[in-house]
Amino acid sequence: MVHVWIDVNLRQLLENNVKGCNTMADIKLTIDGKVVEVPAGSTVLDAAKKLDIHIPTLCHLDLHDTKMVNKAASCRICVVEVEGRNNLAPSCATPVTEGMVVTTNSPRVLNARKVVLELMVSDHPKDCLICEQSGNCSLQYVSKKLGMREVRFEGKESTYKPDKSKSIVRDMDKCIMCRRCETMCNDVQSVGALSGINRGFDAVVSTAFEVDLSESVCTYCGQCVAVCPVGALTEAEQTNDIISALANPEKTVIIQTAPAVRAALGEEFGLEPGTLVTGKMVAALRELGFDYVFDTDFAADLTIMEESAELIDRLTRFLDGDKDVALPILTSCCPAWVNFFEGQFQDLLDIPSSAKSPQQMFGAIAKTYYAEKINVPRENLVVASVMPCLAKKYEADREELNQDVDMVISTRELAKLIKQANIDFNSLEDEEYDQPLGESTGAGVIFGTTGGVIEAATRTAYEKLTGESLEKVDFHELRGFEGVRAATVPVGDFDLNIGIAHGLGNARELLEEIRDGNPRNFHAIEIMACPGGCIGGGGQPYHGGDAEILKKRQAAIYTEDERKTIRKSHENPAIIELYENYLGEPMSPKAIELLHTAYEPKDRV
Amino acid sequence: MSCTTCKNEVVDKMYQELSDYIDSLPDKKGMLIAVLHKAQEIFGYLPREVQVFVGRKLDIPVSQVYGVVSFYSFFTMEPKGKYPIAICLGTACYVRGADKITDYFKTELGIELGETTEDGKFSLDGLRCVGACGLAPVVLVGEKVYGRITTLDQVREILAEYED
Repeated sequence: MVHVWIDVNLRQLLENNVKGCNTMADIKLTIDGKVVEVPAGSTVLDAAKKLDIHIPTLCHLDLHDTKMVNKAASCRICVVEVEGRNNLAPSCATPVTEGMVVTTNSPRVLNARKVVLELMVSDHPKDCLICEQSGNCSLQYVSKKLGMREVRFEGKESTYKPDKSKSIVRDMDKCIMCRRCETMCNDVQSVGALSGINRGFDAVVSTAFEVDLSESVCTYCGQCVAVCPVGALTEAEQTNDIISALANPEKTVIIQTAPAVRAALGEEFGLEPGTLVTGKMVAALRELGFDYVFDTDFAADLTIMEESAELIDRLTRFLDGDKDVALPILTSCCPAWVNFFEGQFQDLLDIPSSAKSPQQMFGAIAKTYYAEKINVPRENLVVASVMPCLAKKYEADREELNQDVDMVISTRELAKLIKQANIDFNSLEDEEYDQPLGESTGAGVIFGTTGGVIEAATRTAYEKLTGESLEKVDFHELRGFEGVRAATVPVGDFDLNIGIAHGLGNARELLEEIRDGNPRNFHAIEIMACPGGCIGGGGQPYHGGDAEILKKRQAAIYTEDERKTIRKSHENPAIIELYENYLGEPMSPKAIELLHTAYEPKDRV
Repeated sequence: MSCTTCKNEVVDKMYQELSDYIDSLPDKKGMLIAVLHKAQEIFGYLPREVQVFVGRKLDIPVSQVYGVVSFYSFFTMEPKGKYPIAICLGTACYVRGADKITDYFKTELGIELGETTEDGKFSLDGLRCVGACGLAPVVLVGEKVYGRITTLDQVREILAEYED
């Protein structure tokens, strides 16, 4: 019987291949007595979803727009009964066939599912009360859904050394070997920090030689945390540091909010994905007790001033015939991306922009210019950030960045703080950022999405290079969701070739192209480590594999840009004032000292 | 071999041999296990540095190299002793008391399975059926086979053979 089933399956697959992807015929099958038609190549799980039959899953994850499909079929929670087949089939990895009859809820299926779960839980800590993932944990959810009341199996529980880096905490005792993190780290991000090691009971996902993440090639992008279904991979929380700082009367505590946070924070309070909550977020931060609430968008405008000056400098020298000038210039706002090229593209360390990231530019300006302005000694000024990102935590801790930023929390952590403080987020009245470090333009806000940094830079570079005023500031050719994009923007009579990649796997593709001689003749490249850019960062509310959520967040970012009266960084009055009164001009010695950095090769495994 | 310079020369030669082997492969894709076999043949074991070398040379993340090395029991990260001892733990040997023999070796040498004595003389491993079930329980020292080993005295006799 099994053989017959495989034959039918193979024939179906072959037929689909012949027909090609666009003309795929629909397949009719029956699930739990209901008939459904789905395109050939779909899985039983997909078909069931169409019928609103929610088969529980643990290891399965399909992030359609980011090439990420974890089809390990290793957890066996999603098993179903297929008529004519002896053994139960994992619905996530079983393709549909014509006339297939599937049962997802027979006593045999329910029993198998329960046994699988019991075995899994028998080797899992039961400390849900104090687990960071409690409430978001898939294992907890499935256990509740299956009504589990006892674990009949007792046995050895695996224990591993906990690994706490500045960004990510690994507690592999909680790992259920779904291997989503490994798929993300290798197939999507191409970082290669994680792999399944050992065998049998000792098998676990770990780094090479089981070193700590800090000694591995990990970039702290946090995408592994974003897909971990349990509490094995979590962020290094800093909410308690924030609470202590706020409670200290000697400290002036200021906070900056990254562009992508406002487009996602609302999800933690039940709002529709893509709801902009800028004003409510500012109000909540003020209620939490921050002395001043500022915007990383301001620092993003500052980044554009420095980065576009660098681009113009390199381009001018290039056009003047200097053959040694380092082109294309690569953006350097993304700390996971910086970690990636410091570790894996050490021969290209001279091409990224030397501009610090907006978070760090903010810190540097806050602890000098602003501290002087409000007359607070540097040591009494605490600079906190809320970021969509886990790598930002590591970045703030980099030695050469002088602790300009003291503590970093993620979007998720901010939501926790707001909930702990009994603030009814949804009923807050909108409030405005404080001045001057809260003043920003539309160019600053689009830093939060793939394509945004380079669009912002183009708006400024265009005007500086041509001396003309840019009428149409929307560069639609730079927007989108494809992993690698290229566009040519005419700047006067010069054609500026721009490359964009999001997701480190796509970044690798583009970097290898540069290493091979830059055949497409790119002048500037924007890279963001996370799929979708910062809107899909490792510190954002969990999107559970729904790429539509990322698109809604992206749309929100562009809406915020459109709403701004000023949409070019160099027209930000607070930025103009900062240069007039403090920095002089972009790339001045003072600007280089405060706003630029250098990269070091990092040899890690 | 006691001077550092000569030791370095020997090691350099080993890396060269491994490097030449990898370069001679028509396609590096899917060759990780073959390369690790070769590396273990050359170095005797697969220390961290060799795994990093293999990863870089094959353009494979070192984590994945380590994943394969830690998965297959044939690969070892411990240097083997001058006289590698392997005790058959296959069914026939096991029912005839290979576990007891293993314990005798462990106590006599003061090491666990998979370890090597501090002086580098003996290493101890378990292996599966060598096809000499008639001689069960079987112990191998290097290529030499010892059959029907059942007592502590016999274990001591074997070890005495390798007194320098």
